[in-house]
Amino acid sequence: MFLSMSHLNKTYSGNKVAVEDFNLEIEKGEFICFIGTSGSGKTTTMRMINRMLNQTSGTIQIEGQDISKMNPVQLRRRIGYVIQNIGLLPHMTIRDNITLVPRLLKWSEDKRNQRAKEMIEMVELPDSFLDRYPAELSGGQQQRIGVARALAADQDIILMDEAFSALDPVTREMLQDLVKNLQQKSGKTFVFVTHDMDEALKLATRIVVMSHGKMVQVATPEEILRHPANDFVEELIGRDRLIQAKPSITTVGQVMLKTPVAMVSSATLVQALKLMHDRRVDTLLVTDKENHLRGFVDIETLNDNYSPTKQLGDIFNERIFYVNENAVIRDTVDRILKHGYKNVPVVDDDGKLVGIVTRAALVDIVYDALFVDDKLDSTGNDDQETTGMTQPSAESATSQTAESSQSQQTGAHAKGTATSDETKVGD
Amino acid sequence: MMITFLQNFGGQLIFKTWQHLYISGISLFLGVIVAIPLGVLLTRFKKIAGIVIGLASVLQTVPAMALLALMIPLFGIGAKPAIIALFIYSLLPILRNTYLGLEDVNPSVLDAAKGMGMSQLESIRMVELPLAAPVIMAGVRLSGTYVIAWATLASYIGAGGLGDFIFNGLNLYRGDLILGGSIPVIILALVVDYLLGLLEKALTPRVIGDEGGQN
Repeated sequence: MFLSMSHLNKTYSGNKVAVEDFNLEIEKGEFICFIGTSGSGKTTTMRMINRMLNQTSGTIQIEGQDISKMNPVQLRRRIGYVIQNIGLLPHMTIRDNITLVPRLLKWSEDKRNQRAKEMIEMVELPDSFLDRYPAELSGGQQQRIGVARALAADQDIILMDEAFSALDPVTREMLQDLVKNLQQKSGKTFVFVTHDMDEALKLATRIVVMSHGKMVQVATPEEILRHPANDFVEELIGRDRLIQAKPSITTVGQVMLKTPVAMVSSATLVQALKLMHDRRVDTLLVTDKENHLRGFVDIETLNDNYSPTKQLGDIFNERIFYVNENAVIRDTVDRILKHGYKNVPVVDDDGKLVGIVTRAALVDIVYDALFVDDKLDSTGNDDQETTGMTQPSAESATSQTAESSQSQQTGAHAKGTATSDETKVGD
Repeated sequence: MMITFLQNFGGQLIFKTWQHLYISGISLFLGVIVAIPLGVLLTRFKKIAGIVIGLASVLQTVPAMALLALMIPLFGIGAKPAIIALFIYSLLPILRNTYLGLEDVNPSVLDAAKGMGMSQLESIRMVELPLAAPVIMAGVRLSGTYVIAWATLASYIGAGGLGDFIFNGLNLYRGDLILGGSIPVIILALVVDYLLGLLEKALTPRVIGDEGGQN
């Protein structure tokens, strides 16, 4: 394990418990976000990693070495550190600020200048800034330098303490993108403290939710959205965000009806017509006897080709649109709505029919997302991503309900119908 | 009148001015090399900082004449006891300003410096002293002017200096001697303050580049 924290406790004088039994194993290249309300112990925990604070009990190991046995000054030179208030040294040029740690490590001047150039390019600022002083840069530019400084000596671990929370939203987003990019390119390990769930969801590969010094949940962003461990996490994420996130985390399998109306292809047209009549549907899904989806047949085709001797397999339409049960709604909703299908059959990984998604279920999800947007507009909150995503789907939904005559109409239920092999399914 | 004064006392004036400068210079120098490290040290031991600065303040309130007189039984007469007394006086402004200057350095800058892996000494040398330099230098300037003014009194315990003119003038009811001592002291104080001001400017860290603060 690259960075291992076990049974960490931190108690301040007066028995004030800041961190209690914190356990976390971090792999190289992970982007870990600590999130929690103020006083949750997230910053305290992070600051124990570079020994800005010492734990009361428990151990932290980097590559198997106990950091409490290391020289704290040497340790900190191996760990990048970016703080909320940036903390550039005002009396040093940008060049000297960036190469501060290399200077402490006694790199040669040539090597330092070389590195300063590389770093300033990396954070997308012009070379001419190297000779300026921090006071001449905007807040966002200063924090870029803060990031460059934390990476300049090839530190393997970067700690960031609410690094972007003092910046305006646009600048913040740009820096988040920059850092995420750098992290993915460099493969360095980041530990990022934030109180902003959007930031955590955007940056993290794993999120550590903390409350009152305890870990509440450790999971990937998707997992946190899908299964918040408790009410606290749910509240931290925000009800609105949970609903908005629905399309991106809900799978087709979760919203489908599990009782599609289907028949095996060896069934006769008489049987098919009877089933349609009984279930009040105008389209039947056609499967083989292993329940693999093969196609569909609608009432018009049935009518045109009716003959008591024919089987479904003789007349069904192979051109059928279907989705996998594990696909997330976000990726499928547009396609489904745009094609104007009323219902779409759902198959499992083996191509077996497992259910059907109705247009009504999709509309519910789109409606929820839009409804939240309306609420957010009035409260002044914003979530551009979700708005941008749901708007088009909503339009297509309204424009296409009218022309649903072409839609397939299938019903529900496919109980004990007989089975037989037939042709392949076209998409 | 001034010309006659210079004709009669010119050589003496130069000598006494030198003596005056010598006494105050050494006192101030000692004050700087003791008070600045002490001030830095106090920022690491904040609990005793109040006590030490309080003690220095008490010393400051002892009347100059009394302190000089106190030196005689301890160190005799002459330049030595005068230098020691003036050194004590120079301590407080430098000590206090060093302490306050270092305390005033932006805590996030210090946090970053430490987090980057600076040792205590590196942080003091590369960050805290440079950033506190203007405040420390203000203390040194203040001490400089005090010391030059009070060095006048050192003549009372036989240390020499421009005070000799003034005390003689007082004893002999000679206005020209009093002025002849006072005016050079005033000029000296102003010049030293000006020179220390230049030094302060030189030590004040740059925070804006050549192109000015446009951004």
